[in-house]
Amino acid sequence: MSAALFIDVQVKESVARDPEIAAKLAEVCPVDIFRAGPGGVEIVQDNLDECVLCQLCLRVAPAGSVKVIKLYDDGAVLGA
Amino acid sequence: MRFFEYESRAVVAKAGIPVTKHGFARSPEEARTVAEQIAGPVVIKSQVLTGGRMKAGGVQFADNPDEAARHAEHVLDLEINGHMPRGVLVDSRASVKHEYYAGVVWDGLRKQPVMLFSDMGGIDIEEVAEQHPDHVARAHFSTTRPFSDWQAKQLVASLGITGSALNRLTPIIARLAQLFLRYDMTLAEINPLGELEDGSFVALDAHMDMENEARPRQKALLHELGVGDEETRQAREATPFELAGEEVDAQDHRGVAGNVTEFDGNLGLVIGAGGGSLTLFDAVRAHGGQPANYCEIGGNPSVRKACGLAKLVLQKPGVDKIAVMMSIVSNTRVDIVARGVIKACVELGYDPAEKIAIFRIPGAWEDEGFKILEKYGVEYADRSVSLHGAAKRAVEKIQGGAS
Ligand code: SF4
Repeated sequence: MSAALFIDVQVKESVARDPEIAAKLAEVCPVDIFRAGPGGVEIVQDNLDECVLCQLCLRVAPAGSVKVIKLYDDGAVLGA
Repeated sequence: MRFFEYESRAVVAKAGIPVTKHGFARSPEEARTVAEQIAGPVVIKSQVLTGGRMKAGGVQFADNPDEAARHAEHVLDLEINGHMPRGVLVDSRASVKHEYYAGVVWDGLRKQPVMLFSDMGGIDIEEVAEQHPDHVARAHFSTTRPFSDWQAKQLVASLGITGSALNRLTPIIARLAQLFLRYDMTLAEINPLGELEDGSFVALDAHMDMENEARPRQKALLHELGVGDEETRQAREATPFELAGEEVDAQDHRGVAGNVTEFDGNLGLVIGAGGGSLTLFDAVRAHGGQPANYCEIGGNPSVRKACGLAKLVLQKPGVDKIAVMMSIVSNTRVDIVARGVIKACVELGYDPAEKIAIFRIPGAWEDEGFKILEKYGVEYADRSVSLHGAAKRAVEKIQGGAS
């Protein structure tokens, strides 16, 4: 279970395994929510609540493959 | 920040105000050497950042270097109000005909410095002002227009001082006012300012207090005086609560969430925004509230930092509720602060709706912020509620006058 109260981030399984996208996500997120691990992208649970809703992750990944969910807003999805 | 007397003397002398022959000593041997150089009766004065030296035995008189060394040994070991001396000032004993007072302080109400002069020196100026108000002259002056000697002359002359004394006192008062401005002082005081038998004037004791925020631009002066960056010179040592606040702020580079000062009330404050914190602190007190702390939050801190600060305040013994208040923010995000303070409550096992008396931060990303507050049932106010209105509401809630 995530320790985050406000934000959840989900990455589509197929995209998550792509090392290039993983590296891009890790690079653009200003609050280090993504980490490029050996098996692809990893979500840094401890940083989720730091999300500043900048949408940069949505721009560097294929459309619809990354979801930033506002847990405080009935699960509204950022950019949707 | 406060200066020791020996440093204040150096500042006064640097400004061209005559001082008695003196020297700073850290050991009895050094005190003896200074006394030998002075070659006359001396006073040994403990160098501590606290008052009551005379009463505590921290001021001793010596007629020769041996006696000076003996007294210095005793004074160097003497703790005064919990302070051990940094050293001793070995000062020549001048033959004084009359003692005056000269000072410049910051008048917070007028937002201007005020020069004070009295022909009754050597005692507390507050006492003189109360018991002999006609012996204290005051004059405000501008921080932006050049200071003129004429202003100092008017001040001294207003007490009926004329002739040579007026001419000799004028440049001393003028230089004191100028050094106050040049070195960002909040207090520059010479007491007593002694008139010697030959009609000349010397500073017999001096107190200086500099605006803490001015430390970076007064680096050259501080370096000259040997004051290191690590010396805080605060009125008291930081409490563990305040040190913990520094640690929260040092967690990452983003924004400010710290500068905590401890008080003993029951309303914890998470406040900030360009002077708003001071206004809010005063507003809470004006409405009868008892702040548990002062702090500053702003500049868009991370959720982690806002959370750390709120946790620190919430865990302070005696805190019943916290009030989260800022003036209208532009560079701090409302939603980020809301996340931080709610997270602090939740992680400590509190109900945010219960623990947060009021959240009043309007501005950037307030719509997102208000959604978060609504989700957790926290009472919040937008910009239609003034800072005073929010402070009043927080005080009412903590006093049980409103739920
Ligand atoms: S929206 Fe911005 S901060 Fe949030 S996860 Fe995406 S890149 Fe990171």
